[in-house]
Amino acid sequence: MIEVQHLTKRYGRVTAVDDVSFRVERGEILGFLGPNGAGKTTTMRILTGYMPATDGKAIVAGFDVFDQPIEAKRRTGYLPETPPLYPDMSVIEYLEFVAKIKGVPSNERASRIKQVMQRTRIDDMAGRQCAKLSKGYRQRVGLAQAILHNPDVLILDEPTAGLDPKQIIETRELIKELAGDHTIILSTHILPEVSQTCQRVVIINKGRVVAVDTPDNLTARLRGSETMYVQVDARGADAAGVLGQVPGVTRVAESDRRDGVVGYEIDSETGRDVRRDLARAVVSSGFGLLELRPIRISLEEIFLSLTTDETAAASKEETAVLEEVPDA
Amino acid sequence: MRNILAIASKELKSYFSSPIGWILLGFWSLLYGYFFVAILNFFVRQSMQMSQFGQAGPQAMNVNQQLLRPLIAQNLPILVLFLLPAVTMRTYSEERRSGTIELLLTSPLTDFQIIMGKFLGAMALYGVMLAVTLIHVGLLFIYGRPEWKPIVTVYLGLFLLGGCFISVGLFISSLTKNQIVAFVATFATFLMLWVITWIGSFSGPTVDRLTQYLSIIGHFDDFGKGVLDTTHLIYYVSFITFGLFLTAKSVDSERWRG
Repeated sequence: MIEVQHLTKRYGRVTAVDDVSFRVERGEILGFLGPNGAGKTTTMRILTGYMPATDGKAIVAGFDVFDQPIEAKRRTGYLPETPPLYPDMSVIEYLEFVAKIKGVPSNERASRIKQVMQRTRIDDMAGRQCAKLSKGYRQRVGLAQAILHNPDVLILDEPTAGLDPKQIIETRELIKELAGDHTIILSTHILPEVSQTCQRVVIINKGRVVAVDTPDNLTARLRGSETMYVQVDARGADAAGVLGQVPGVTRVAESDRRDGVVGYEIDSETGRDVRRDLARAVVSSGFGLLELRPIRISLEEIFLSLTTDETAAASKEETAVLEEVPDA
Repeated sequence: MRNILAIASKELKSYFSSPIGWILLGFWSLLYGYFFVAILNFFVRQSMQMSQFGQAGPQAMNVNQQLLRPLIAQNLPILVLFLLPAVTMRTYSEERRSGTIELLLTSPLTDFQIIMGKFLGAMALYGVMLAVTLIHVGLLFIYGRPEWKPIVTVYLGLFLLGGCFISVGLFISSLTKNQIVAFVATFATFLMLWVITWIGSFSGPTVDRLTQYLSIIGHFDDFGKGVLDTTHLIYYVSFITFGLFLTAKSVDSERWRG
């Protein structure tokens, strides 16, 4: 549905987007993740035809955004970082204007607007002036504007920025709901958002793509082996020896100790679940098992490792350093 | 065409949903009304003086020559010079400042449609402003017998003159996010084009001819006299086209520069 090939954008001597390529399939939600200034907005602006790229190609819904911009734009809905509202217009006037310029046929306009307002839950604000809307409503009117002409592709630049927690959840639900008949790219620098809404993630930093994968795979890929955290009440005895003898365990390291209660971090071979054996070993030795849980590398850590030093993160040795960070 | 009209009507509405349209229209009417009263008084006094000297001179007082020409052909363009930069100052600047330009540029619209929509929207407001001045002209028709043909040509001239202001005002507005910068730059550009003939008189015949041709107000005189000359029509139409062309280039280059 969306295909980006070797996209590059330079502003004078600054390269904002550097040889970015990725694909998004129909009905998929792609998360565009990166720190501020990574080139997310620039990439989105190129995809929506707001600005041309210096080099490369972008195909949206089967149309090249440079060669057939009008056709591509007809099939794209875009919510910029700041919702593009006219402060003097009322919500309904605004949506009517947008419907006109997006080419919604005049006999469908009224019903389409009504439908979209219900969907984004702004129908109670129809007569309100855009300037007087709260941030949450502005964002939702912006979203209503983007889906008004029922586009194949939706491009949302930080759709949940500035919303309160309840609105964030509502917006995420709405986005997931829309994914059925729209292909969606959303950018964000909030990580839980990606793991909760997106099927695939593109991590971008300093204009370059550093990773493209599903949130789960990204987590797994960076975690060379499985790590468990085990807390044992050994009453002064050394539990490390017992734990080290469990089949599959490759490393045991003490991580904390308080009043005879010791916490260990235990690495095991990938793909082998050692939890049962660990529990049995602790209990049969007569120790008290207080806690046993897997340590997952959160997306935050992946993100930080990929974006702070991408070359380091790519090499396997460095990922070990990551694993010593306690569970977030 | 449908898209052009959608944008034009949005532009026109936006003038009147914010104070700017009403303020412009209010001060325009106030100043024009003041000019009207002042010139009318002068006209009435003169005609009374003439009747006191017995029968009028070789020719009677002429409403077109002594009232309408100073009013519409000489004073109204000055009002246009001062007020029209305020009509165009916000067209692009405001869209760029508030980010709504992203909506326009990512909608299935061509640059040409957006520019023409904005141009026609501003022209419509200017049309409303000119319509207000017709009320006073109408009064003259009730109490006197002015000739209508020179009135038509002077309004055509005013419309074209305003078109030049608006096309260049659009261009200047597209260069900046700041409305005040847009206003000042537009005003200065037109004041310059207004007085450009001043250096022509002492700089030799070639410069004189050139400045005569460039002078935006020099081409207006004939319209005021009731003369319709294609030279002037071509000058104004090409001026407007050039202004719109510059706007298109500016919007396009803005995309590249980001």
